[in-house]
Amino acid sequence: MRRLPLAARDALTNTWLVGPATLAMLMFIFLPVLIVAVLSFTDYQFGARSFGWIGLENYEKLFGSALGRRAITNTLLYVAIVIPAAVGLGLLVALGLHRMMDWAPQLSNVLRSVYFLPVAATLVAMSVAWQMVLHPSLGVVNQTLVGLGGEPRNWLSDRSIVLYTLAVIGIWQTVGYNMVLFLAGLVAIPPELYDAAEVDGAGGNWSRFWTVTWPMLGPTTLFVLVITATNAFRVFETVATLTQGGPAFASDTLVYALYREGFVYFKAGYASAITMVFFAVLLTLTLMQFRIVERRVHYR
Amino acid sequence: MTPGRLFGRSLSLALLLIGALAILLPFIWMVSLAFKPQDEIFTATIQLLPSRIEWSNFTKALTETDVPRYLLNGVIVVVGILAFQILFAVPCAFALAHRRFAGRTLIFGLVLAALLVPFHVTAIPIFLGFAQIGILNTYWALILPFVPTAFGIFLFRQFLAQVPSELFDAARVDGLSETAIVWRIAFPLAMPAATAFAIFSITAHWNDLFWPLIATTDSDLATPPRGILFFRDEESGDDVGPLMAAAALITAPLVIAFLLAQRKFTRGLAAGGLKG
Repeated sequence: MRRLPLAARDALTNTWLVGPATLAMLMFIFLPVLIVAVLSFTDYQFGARSFGWIGLENYEKLFGSALGRRAITNTLLYVAIVIPAAVGLGLLVALGLHRMMDWAPQLSNVLRSVYFLPVAATLVAMSVAWQMVLHPSLGVVNQTLVGLGGEPRNWLSDRSIVLYTLAVIGIWQTVGYNMVLFLAGLVAIPPELYDAAEVDGAGGNWSRFWTVTWPMLGPTTLFVLVITATNAFRVFETVATLTQGGPAFASDTLVYALYREGFVYFKAGYASAITMVFFAVLLTLTLMQFRIVERRVHYR
Repeated sequence: MTPGRLFGRSLSLALLLIGALAILLPFIWMVSLAFKPQDEIFTATIQLLPSRIEWSNFTKALTETDVPRYLLNGVIVVVGILAFQILFAVPCAFALAHRRFAGRTLIFGLVLAALLVPFHVTAIPIFLGFAQIGILNTYWALILPFVPTAFGIFLFRQFLAQVPSELFDAARVDGLSETAIVWRIAFPLAMPAATAFAIFSITAHWNDLFWPLIATTDSDLATPPRGILFFRDEESGDDVGPLMAAAALITAPLVIAFLLAQRKFTRGLAAGGLKG
């Protein structure tokens, strides 16, 4: 190697350092994206020897069939419930714990860990635990309901409530994550601003919040909103563990439909179309997130 | 303290405690059922905590089921993924941050573009490819798709870009090869980034269900989340105690790690948010 001219040696070193990662990215990320895009216009099935071009038929099936629409509206409803609840509660908990730092810092720290626990915990294992919490006869929720004189409910097998049940679990899992992001935003607010607000007559809690805290948290809130949406759109583990999209597709979601059509029914073409729609939504959200992160850098 | 402030604090404390209890509910119920004797699980009356501690559920989960196997698989897969990710990402990140070469901007552009691709999008073609070369139902099938980590490269590059390049020049003068510089100087310097990345990667892959569900059907290869579903679907409904013990055993490693290193954990998982 010593005999090679300097430029050639440099080029070799660069290839050696950058090559493996680049090659792996091309092979496992970019090539698959291309293939999935192409497959979405075919009727290919796993294991089949040939396939036919069917144009937009897969997409028409997704947006046109009752089942396809069901997965889309379910996902949108799920996202529409989880976003405001998980962001709102995350903000409230963060505000509460941030103020508690002044008078009970240790308790505030303990509670912060408690709220963050679901983020670190294994969601599938916790879903199995939720299944027992919500068990029709042995679960603590129905036992409490009956104890209070109410009617027990089938939280996971009643078509009219199953999606809401999953949304509650989604909120349970996300609040702690959002809280941490909001707490970081709260700590970054310079205390002088509150003094200035007081001088200007905004001394009460309520006006302090609206004149200082809320505007200063603006970028954080946007970031949290987008990230919550991104995560909610990917809902899969709870559906796969608790309902498998049922009963009667009442809790079918986009990613679960992708999994079922692709890897249970082996309809690779149709599943690729679902993948592309999912990708389009996530791409939009992630690009928004990038722009917010970029903007946030300028704020500092 | 004014009565108004006292009232405000009591109210917010009460609400925060109620919220915390709601968060803890599935954890409490899981641990409680895991320690309850069989007959106490199957009563219809509310009994939040067991009357006595029953270890037999854990004994059963650890000796009569495949839970230890699932935990071992989890460790193999998670460590394998992390090792390969670092092996591939750090040299690339170092070159992107500290070397000038043709195509550098292009490759960094690829890294940023790859950040936009969720794993779910690549699953079908990777499954097809793996079926073609016959490595479905192996550890490789569980590890390989996650080796290229745009997020890892990005994180390490941003971190290394802040290290003054004179440091590396000095090492070059001392006659160190570029590979030696990457592993003996750049990587140790990037330890904070490596810790955050490791926490993110380990958590993501220990908890992942999507890909193990697709890539393996063999229960001997099941990672913890896949495994607990095997266990749940096999038991006929009378093994609730051992099932909850298994759930607790699978959740415990990360939860304990989190409780021991909260600050690092929070930072690692919050950084992972960038990945979307």
